[in-house]
Amino acid sequence: MNIDAIDVNESIGLVHQVLGDHDKRKGILISTLHKIQAENGYLPEDILRALSKKLLIPLAEIYRVASFYKQFHFSPRGKKIVRVCTGTACHVRGAAKVEDALKERYQIKAGQTTPDLKLTLETVGCVGCCGLAPVVTINEDVMGTIGPKKIKHLIHVIEEEGVAHGEN
Amino acid sequence: MEKIKSLEEFNNLRLLLKEEVFKDDVPRVRMCMGTACAASGAGKVAADIERELASEHKHAEIVKTGCQGFCQQGPVMKVEPWGYYYQKVKNTDAHEIVSATISGGFPVRKLLYRDSVADEPCEMVETVPYYKKQVRIALKNNGVIDPRQIYHYIAVDGYAALAKALSSMTPDAVLQEVDNANLRGRGGAGFPAGTKWKHSKKSGSSLKFVIANGDEGDPGAFMDRSIMEGDPHGLLEGMLLCAYAIGATYGFVYVRHEYPLAVVNLKHAIKQAEEMGFLGKNIMGTDFSCHIDVREGAGAFVCGESTSLVASIEGDRGFPRPRPPRLSEKGGGAWGYPSNLNNIETYACVPHIIEHGAAWFKSIGTENSPGTKVFALTGKVKNTGLVEVPMGITLREIIYDIGGGILDGKKFKAVQTGGPSGGCLPEEFLDLKVDFDSLTKVGSMMGSGGMVVMDEDTCVVDVAKFFLSFTKEESCGKCPPCRIGTYQMLEILEKITAGKGEPGDLDRLEKICHLVGKGSLCGLGQSAPNPILSTLKYFRQEYEEHVHDKFCRARVCAGLGSYTIDHTECFLCGLCKQACAFHAVKESRRAYFIDQDECTQCKACFTACPIGAVKIGKGNKKAKERMGLGR
Ligand SMILES: Cc1cc2nc3c(=O)[nH]c(=O)nc-3n(C[C@H](O)[C@H](O)[C@H](O)COP(=O)(O)O)c2cc1C
Ligand code: SF4
Ligand code: SF4
Ligand code: FES
Ligand code: FES
Repeated sequence: MNIDAIDVNESIGLVHQVLGDHDKRKGILISTLHKIQAENGYLPEDILRALSKKLLIPLAEIYRVASFYKQFHFSPRGKKIVRVCTGTACHVRGAAKVEDALKERYQIKAGQTTPDLKLTLETVGCVGCCGLAPVVTINEDVMGTIGPKKIKHLIHVIEEEGVAHGEN
Repeated sequence: MEKIKSLEEFNNLRLLLKEEVFKDDVPRVRMCMGTACAASGAGKVAADIERELASEHKHAEIVKTGCQGFCQQGPVMKVEPWGYYYQKVKNTDAHEIVSATISGGFPVRKLLYRDSVADEPCEMVETVPYYKKQVRIALKNNGVIDPRQIYHYIAVDGYAALAKALSSMTPDAVLQEVDNANLRGRGGAGFPAGTKWKHSKKSGSSLKFVIANGDEGDPGAFMDRSIMEGDPHGLLEGMLLCAYAIGATYGFVYVRHEYPLAVVNLKHAIKQAEEMGFLGKNIMGTDFSCHIDVREGAGAFVCGESTSLVASIEGDRGFPRPRPPRLSEKGGGAWGYPSNLNNIETYACVPHIIEHGAAWFKSIGTENSPGTKVFALTGKVKNTGLVEVPMGITLREIIYDIGGGILDGKKFKAVQTGGPSGGCLPEEFLDLKVDFDSLTKVGSMMGSGGMVVMDEDTCVVDVAKFFLSFTKEESCGKCPPCRIGTYQMLEILEKITAGKGEPGDLDRLEKICHLVGKGSLCGLGQSAPNPILSTLKYFRQEYEEHVHDKFCRARVCAGLGSYTIDHTECFLCGLCKQACAFHAVKESRRAYFIDQDECTQCKACFTACPIGAVKIGKGNKKAKERMGLGR
């Protein structure tokens, strides 16, 4: 994304009318980080450097803010992001078993990426489909009711195609 | 879309839309497109019904609604004018839906809900036990309108409350109505919204903000998501009424980043509302102006706390800070301007209060907690999903009448309310009338409305451990009692569930709980001990069994108990022997048995046995000896 083209006033919305310059620049930081990450999959250092110059916020300060939030990542991530929901409903209905099966299959811990950058395994607290617990999301797709029998199918789906909706 | 320039224009449009949208003589499929139903294939079902309609030359309107609540049975739909309620619909059912229902008016019987195969099916929504006791205020439009169509919202009396306020009520009158209704905050503590609004109004600043808290961090609650996705205009209208009442000119909806559809639908709704003049400058031609924007979180539970939410909006780390100043005071809110923060569900109730009056609202619910509350009912209960019920309903009604009782006919053990800040209640409280105060009194909390039902196979110590591992992860680390305390509490719980508990652990645990509760800066730390304290209070015996008898009666925790094989049940399949990585299962000529000296209580054999012949009993001599006990 073109950092220089960022229009601070437009990004922050009409509230720019009442805010000072520094507040405005800082106010768009998190949403800009989201955009950078959406484009690159993570927050590359060179882009953050450019952002630091553009918003006149020290690089250290950008890292200070970004590192607070779990959603921001500083290294490349897998092509497929597999998130095991470990929210309450999923926990009670056996999310741990699903997580263990995936850890075993890919030999990585939650939060890690396979060395070939194919897959990142994560846990997430409730994706709002508790009715389908236990739930796993693969990129944007949701797959639910993953009982012991469906784990094999889950791995198949992860490795082959996306989720064909309607198979839950 | 034309901009509305006066209240009169709005009223004309409204009357027109009430006739034009949702006409009585058109068959209509209200198809749930909520996240869960979409995941179970709702999109395909809708497409196939459309295709089927075209090839049969039939006309029916398909309304793609937000979550209808009964996600577990998804995809779900209502077919009107007959009112049939279909569940677990597959795309292969499209043909029958069109030929039987839309052409013939008959229900497709296999898609109707029934409690069990032997029961008569329920044809209408109103007769489905899951919906029977529900009263819908905050979720009124969910499942009725297409959230992406502002005309649908207006047709079901949307923006009428705002028009009423702007045409015939002063800001003070709006505030007074909300205050009279005694609307209490749905986001956790139940603080009266009217009181908060008065504080914000009195702050004496000309610039004020309204903020809606859509961070929804409780890992098991999703009512705010449903409202943002399924009825975004309802939220906006509630915020606008608040802005009008307190004199705010800008607003934000702070949405959790894990809810992409909510962000999309909200932004779409804001754009439509701006185009039509319900939002922005000179709303409906009056001199009331207010702008609302969406702000996304980035994955931090603590950002649901008011002061850290504001810090996050400002673009900083979401650290809480001591109060005062409160958000509603000068110097407290976003960029130091007074800000009124309420939960999504709280705002969603406001238009209905203004439209129908405080007296109507107070006629629902209990005296001190009027209105309804949405719960996310989950766990070991037959029917799971979102339920909106009047305050004062008993836990038994929610769990048995609406939830259909415990899964697989097991025995009820406990119900957890309030998520990571709440507590577990045992059977004796099943007849407790649920409201803000009653739950707090018995050591739990309304919280955001998560409700997890547990059966005899759920271990309460394990549940406490689950919530603690959540709060430990989410502690922002600013203040030591929470940062270190949650860590230590979790450590003790892990020790106990691993069979390494020592006498004195429970007292130590209790002591840390009290210290963390008293010493923490924000609500996260202050309420983090609740799951432990409530389970210690009502299920202390189970903790003691873990510590002294090395026994988990729910057979959840590995590392406890003594493992034996019941020879009267065992049919010699040998799976336990294969499963045991420690060669503790020995094979003799006619039987398998477990060598107690080598068994590590890893539970693998118990899980492997297909008929449950591996038994876990109380007392584990070896474990006790390891701990220097019982010698
Ligand atoms: C750690 C923590 C997390 C919270 N998370 C939320 C949340 O996700 N949603 C919410 O509405 N309130 C949350 N709250 C409560 C808010 O601080 C605040 O009280 C509430 O949004 C006020 O709205 P209400 O009065 O309408 O309930 C949280 C509080 C704490 C301490
Ligand atoms: S109580 Fe916990 S979450 Fe709250 S400020 Fe202290 S460390 Fe942070
Ligand atoms: S509990 Fe584990 S170690 Fe003990 S017999 Fe069973 S499988 Fe073997
Ligand atoms: S707990 Fe997993 S989707 Fe809600
Ligand atoms: S998503 Fe369809 S009922 Fe909840």
